Amino acid sequence: MTHILEMRDITKTFPGVVALDNVNLQVRQGEIHALAGENGAGKSTLMKILSGVYPYGDYQGDIVYEGEVKKFRGIADSEAEGIVIIHQELALVPELSIAENIFLGNEIARFGVIDWHATNELAADHLKWVGLKESPRTKVQDLGLGKQQLVEIAKALSKEVKLLILDEPTSSLNEQDSAALLKLLAEFRERGISSILISHKLNEISQVADSITVLRDGTTVSTLDCAAASISEDDIIRDMVGRSLSDRFPPRHPKIGELLLEVEHWSVRHPQHLDRRVVKDASFTVRRGEVVGLAGLMGAGRTELAMSLFGRSYGADIAGEVRIRGKAVDVSTVERAIAAGLCYATEDRKSYGLVLDDIVKHNLTLANLEGVANGPVIDHAREIRVAEDYRRRLNIKTSSIAQKTLNLSGGNQQKVVLGKWLFADPEVLILDEPTRGIDVGAKYEIYSIITDLAAAGKGILVISSEMPELLGICDRIYVMNAGRLVGELPAAEASQEKIMSMIIRTAEK
Amino acid sequence: MTSDEQAVGRGPGDRAAGRGAGALAEGGPSHFHFIRTHLREYGILVALIAIMAFFQIATDGILLKPVNLTNLILQNSYIVIMAVGMLLVIVSGNIDLSVGSVLGFVGALAAVMIVQWDVNYVVTGIACLAVGALIGAAQGYWIAYWKIPSFIVTLAGMLVFRGLTLWVLAGQSVGPFPHSFQLLSSGFIPDLFAVKGLNVFSLLLGIAASAGLAALALRSRLRAQKGGVVDEPLAFFLAKNGLVAVAILYMTWLLAAFRGLPNVLIIMALLIALYSFVTTRTTTGRRIYALGGNEKAARLSGINTERLTFLTFANMGMLAALAGLVFAARLNTATPKAGITFELDVIAAVFIGGASMSGGVGTVVGAVAGAFIMGVMNNGMSILGIGIDYQQVIKGLVLLAAVIFDVYNKNKA
Repeated sequence: MTHILEMRDITKTFPGVVALDNVNLQVRQGEIHALAGENGAGKSTLMKILSGVYPYGDYQGDIVYEGEVKKFRGIADSEAEGIVIIHQELALVPELSIAENIFLGNEIARFGVIDWHATNELAADHLKWVGLKESPRTKVQDLGLGKQQLVEIAKALSKEVKLLILDEPTSSLNEQDSAALLKLLAEFRERGISSILISHKLNEISQVADSITVLRDGTTVSTLDCAAASISEDDIIRDMVGRSLSDRFPPRHPKIGELLLEVEHWSVRHPQHLDRRVVKDASFTVRRGEVVGLAGLMGAGRTELAMSLFGRSYGADIAGEVRIRGKAVDVSTVERAIAAGLCYATEDRKSYGLVLDDIVKHNLTLANLEGVANGPVIDHAREIRVAEDYRRRLNIKTSSIAQKTLNLSGGNQQKVVLGKWLFADPEVLILDEPTRGIDVGAKYEIYSIITDLAAAGKGILVISSEMPELLGICDRIYVMNAGRLVGELPAAEASQEKIMSMIIRTAEK
Repeated sequence: MTSDEQAVGRGPGDRAAGRGAGALAEGGPSHFHFIRTHLREYGILVALIAIMAFFQIATDGILLKPVNLTNLILQNSYIVIMAVGMLLVIVSGNIDLSVGSVLGFVGALAAVMIVQWDVNYVVTGIACLAVGALIGAAQGYWIAYWKIPSFIVTLAGMLVFRGLTLWVLAGQSVGPFPHSFQLLSSGFIPDLFAVKGLNVFSLLLGIAASAGLAALALRSRLRAQKGGVVDEPLAFFLAKNGLVAVAILYMTWLLAAFRGLPNVLIIMALLIALYSFVTTRTTTGRRIYALGGNEKAARLSGINTERLTFLTFANMGMLAALAGLVFAARLNTATPKAGITFELDVIAAVFIGGASMSGGVGTVVGAVAGAFIMGVMNNGMSILGIGIDYQQVIKGLVLLAAVIFDVYNKNKA
């Protein structure tokens, strides 16, 4: 069998980080090729290179597609060659009809006038192929997620796709829709369309994939041929997580005290789709001096759990009880949550954590302005002292505290976010992906801050998609999947394999 | 991987380390870098001075004749008063299109109360301010708590209160006002020392004001120095504050030589001082900037963003009402057409003054300077006999140029 695609020795660096290091990927003509790896292993980066989001010249190595070296300068270039990528977040316009979405940017038109008859007729053909029984005139917003996914695939078909890339296509689908989608991929294989399937669900991979490439930390770990040998999920998991945990974490001497935070029977519904429960009856505790981890895959409901706890910043129809130091507390607004001693540092520091256009000093004091004010009047001298103090303690690298946070590196921005919450002086601090998108050195510093906080008697809940990180800094780990807390492990007994299999076992139920 | 990693620390290295002691002396931060990052703050003042100088020469000195200067202040007082409130609204990330209509409506209400119902003017004034605040609060309620875009709510308000103005006045002009009410706009502070041809009390007030401002500036610089964060090079500090002091002294000298400081100038000065203080020194002010800069981050920092938005609109309504009283007193009559298109002048003033459409950026002093830039141009071009047609074109281009300058600056920085 010939290869439709060979990506040879692809290397891609971001300032300070090597995202991909000599990665090789070979996809045979007409096969389903699975790409597996943990969050941050480099799967998305690799696919962005393939589709031209990171243009030629932005990376080293060659893309050989249908026997020729290609130099894609944008998505339009790769789509013209029949490479279509469908992202996890669907790129459909909800207010437009199915047919309009399918031919968006690619309209069937003469002199700019759309031929609606041909558009709807051709759309209906594509819909039949993907097995979607809807009128092409139906608005996309009236479809469920599974059907929207099929519209995306129909859109790919309209572009005469030869290589279809699906990024976590089933992450938000139910069993039935997932099964239908996988069946569709198999049908495409019969018709000679090759696919690359990125998925966390290993049962799906072993079900449909012809071969599997496993990425880890930006390198190719293995390429497994499913026809040649029987591949077990355990084999894949071992390849995915098999890195050593050396001294990437500061030493810890936990002194764990009384119960600080108790959450009981916490349930949250999706704010728009009230029939979807994103957190289901979650109960957990955090003790004084303890670092508790919350593991899970993207979309497991961890951020939703944390944000709904923190002043109901997410979700609807929130039910459950929160106690801090044994006393029931009101956390129904952010102000009250902070007053009760519960703070939350967001995973998305640019959108939710910082006022980027404002300076470091103002960001540091934003959550506790009373702490630098006499009544309503800000004491500028005190504010400067506080800001300088946190800059020193957290080693925030900035030319001055009057620098805009926009101009700081990711790691230093994260330290500003942490500083803001430290100054608010919480009992319990929830850190959501505290090291996302920052380099190794800065990660160590963040881990040290977390360790110091625990040593100072705070309770810390860390949400992270990087399992080694949780294993490295936590005392106890909860595992969450599909809105439920599905397991709890003392860190001493936890391993990536155990966590992964907890997730996968419950996912397959 | 995200673009996170691409943001690398820029700026002038780790200069802050050696700062602190002796920063009042020269040679601290780089002048060039400082100018580049603070171009806008100085730019607006330099532009105002340059425009005044230009018209002073072009009009053969008429612009700064005491009588014209007095006129200039009276003419622009209601725009300045509203610009102060509009600054807060725009910094918080909203807009208020209704202020012109509210100004007209409150003027009409005042006229009906005083002229037709014989209500005492003090009672009327207080009632009108309350009505203005209520109007602002009503609009703010929909904007803050129902998340209806401010553009829509205040556009509706603009139509509603224009209509209500007509209704209250029954389509007629109502006036004149009693003399005591007119003093709000056309009065001058009394002279306590009977010196002929010079209002000594006014002059003393001017001296006190410039000395006070200089003292405040020095105090805050010394405090910042103690904390080790002095950004502004000494030369700039001296030049800016020297210029402000000289300008205030010169203006009061000119005004004192005519009839003294107008009452409305005192009102404006107090408002500017109060709102500068609120924006730069209070927790509420800081939170308004955070709200406009990143509403989601502000909310997740425990800031009650709804209440804050609500308050900025209530405040705007009250200031529009004050401007309505001043305007009615100045015209000595309330007309159904009072305040038409004023909202555009006010909004233009705030943007010329360096505020950002997306919120989070802007200063009270900048907005006031922006209002005076518009005012001086109106006045100067009228003296020169330039037709209203060209005047509009030129004002439009100045607004566009100011905002282009902002955007260019921001992209470069």
